[in-house]
Amino acid sequence: MAHDDNLLPNQPRKTKVPQFRIIAYLFIPLLAILFQVYVPRFVEYLSYLELPLLVTVYFAIMRRQPIAGAVIGSAIGLLQDSLSQHPLGMFGIVKTLVGYFAASISQRFDVENSALRFILSFFFFLFHQFFFWVMASGLLGQNLEFQLPQTIIFAFLNAVVAVPLFLILDRLRTIER
Amino acid sequence: METFLSRYRNLTALLLLIVGQLLLLAYQVKAREDVRLIRIWAVTAVTPMARAIEWVRGGTGGFFSGYVFLRNVQQENHQLREYSSQLKLKNQFLAAELATADRAKALLEFRSRIPSRTLPARVIGTGTGANSRVVYVDRGTADGVKRGMAAITSEGIVGKVVASYPTASLVQLITEQESVAGVISQKNKVRGILKGQGKNTCVVEYIQNEEKLEAGEWFFTSGADRIYPRGLPVGQVKMVREGRGGKEVTVEPSALRGGGIEEMLIVLDGVHGLLPEIETKPDTEISILPPPPGETSTQPAPSAVSEQGGQLQQTDADKIREKYKRLGESQGFEYGASPGRVADFNRPVPAAPPPPKPETVKPPEPAKQ
Repeated sequence: MAHDDNLLPNQPRKTKVPQFRIIAYLFIPLLAILFQVYVPRFVEYLSYLELPLLVTVYFAIMRRQPIAGAVIGSAIGLLQDSLSQHPLGMFGIVKTLVGYFAASISQRFDVENSALRFILSFFFFLFHQFFFWVMASGLLGQNLEFQLPQTIIFAFLNAVVAVPLFLILDRLRTIER
Repeated sequence: METFLSRYRNLTALLLLIVGQLLLLAYQVKAREDVRLIRIWAVTAVTPMARAIEWVRGGTGGFFSGYVFLRNVQQENHQLREYSSQLKLKNQFLAAELATADRAKALLEFRSRIPSRTLPARVIGTGTGANSRVVYVDRGTADGVKRGMAAITSEGIVGKVVASYPTASLVQLITEQESVAGVISQKNKVRGILKGQGKNTCVVEYIQNEEKLEAGEWFFTSGADRIYPRGLPVGQVKMVREGRGGKEVTVEPSALRGGGIEEMLIVLDGVHGLLPEIETKPDTEISILPPPPGETSTQPAPSAVSEQGGQLQQTDADKIREKYKRLGESQGFEYGASPGRVADFNRPVPAAPPPPKPETVKPPEPAKQ
C-alpha cells in the first residue's frame, strides 16, 4: 500500500516557516486579551471565546518550533493571568503546554489545511479547559465543576471562529524562509 | 550533560518554563501573597485603554454608528426612510441615555437610603478566561477600595472585590463558581450558604430537608460571611426540592438578572441592617362582616381558656407551673423567699377556684305565628 509522505512524514517537515513582524507578536495577543476583557461586556455570548488561546495556537503552529511555541504560550498566559482573579501561572502553564504541543504537531502535519486547524483548535480548547480545571482542583484546591457538554460546545464554537481568524492572521505574514 | 541537554533541548526548555511558573504559583499559594507588581503593571496598562474605549462608546459611539448607518440608507434610496431611521436611532440613543440616567438615579437614591458608606463604581471590563464572571470597575485603592469589600446595587448584591489596584478593582460576581455568601430567607428565616456555579443562577447549600422553604421566597444577606452587610436582597428561590444531603435550592440573583451590569456601589463601611418584613396585603376578595353589636373580637376563644383557673394556658409547662404554684400557696410557701424550707409536693393538689361563668346568650324566641 502506498504511503503518503506528505500527510505524516517520519522526519519533521522541511517547509517554509512564516515570519511575522515583532509588532504583530506584541499587538495581536494584546488585542486578543483586550477583546476578552472588553467585548463580553456588550455581547455576553462572546465570553465563551478564548481568543488568547487561539492566538497561542496560531503562532505556535506557524513558528513550528516547540521552544518558541512554549515561550509564546507562557507569555500570553502570564499576561492573561495578570488580568484574571487566578494566581499568576495558571493560564501560563496551560498555555505553555498548548504552545509546545501545537508547535510539535505542526512539525508533522500540514497546518495550512483549514480542516486540520479546526480540529487542532477544537482539541486544544478541550485540553486547555481540562488542564486548567485539573490545576485549579489539584494545585489550588478549588472545588470547580468541569462541565463537559458545555466545554465541548464551546470548543466547537471556538474552532469555528479559529478558521477565519487564522486566515486573517495569515495575511499578516511577511517573509517565509 | 551538554549532549543530553542539547539532545533534549525542547523538553528541557519546556520543563524550565513549567517549573518556573510552578514555583511562582507555589510562592503565591504558600505565602498567600500576590505578585502584585506584575498585576499592577498589567492592569495599569490596560485600564486607560478600557477607559478610552468606554469614553468613545459613551460619547460618540451612538453618533458614529448613526452616521454610518445613514450613509448606507442614503445609498439605498429614500430620504424619508433615512429621516425615519435617523429618528429611530436618535430615539434609541436617547432611550439608552435615559436608562443610564434612571439607573444612576436609582443607585444614588438607594445609596442615600442604606446606612452603609458606599462608593459608586462603573464597570470598564471583564476578566480574562472563557466564560469569566469577574469584572473590572473604575475605582481602585486611590478611592479607598480594598480587597474583600462588597459590591451591591439597589436590586441586590453583585459580588466582592477580589483585587484592588491604584486605578481599578476586580470584582468577582456572585455567580462565579468560587463565590459564597451567607444568606437567610425572608419568610421562614432559613439560613444557608449561597454558592455561585458559573451560570446565571446560584445554589443555596446546607439547608436541611426538614426546613420549610418555598419557591419565590426571597433570600437576603445574613451578614455571617463578614463581607455583605445583613439585610441586602440576594435573589428569589427559583427551584427548591429535597435532595440526598439536604435541600437543593436554586436562586436567581436579583442584581444580575437580565445579563450585564453597568454600575454598582462598593461598600466601604458596611453597616448591618434588618431583614425587611413581609408585606401582607389585606385580602380584598373575601368579605368579612364586622362583629355583632355588644361583642368584641378581642375576646379569647373558649378553647384557649383553662377549665380550672380561667387563665390562658397554652402549654404543658404552664399547667405544671400552675399546679406547683397552687400547692405552694396552699402550704403558705412563697417561692424564692423561704430558703431551706421546701413545699411538700406529694400532697393532693387543692381544688382550683371555680372558673367564671361564661356569658350565656339566650337564643331568640321563634316568632309566634
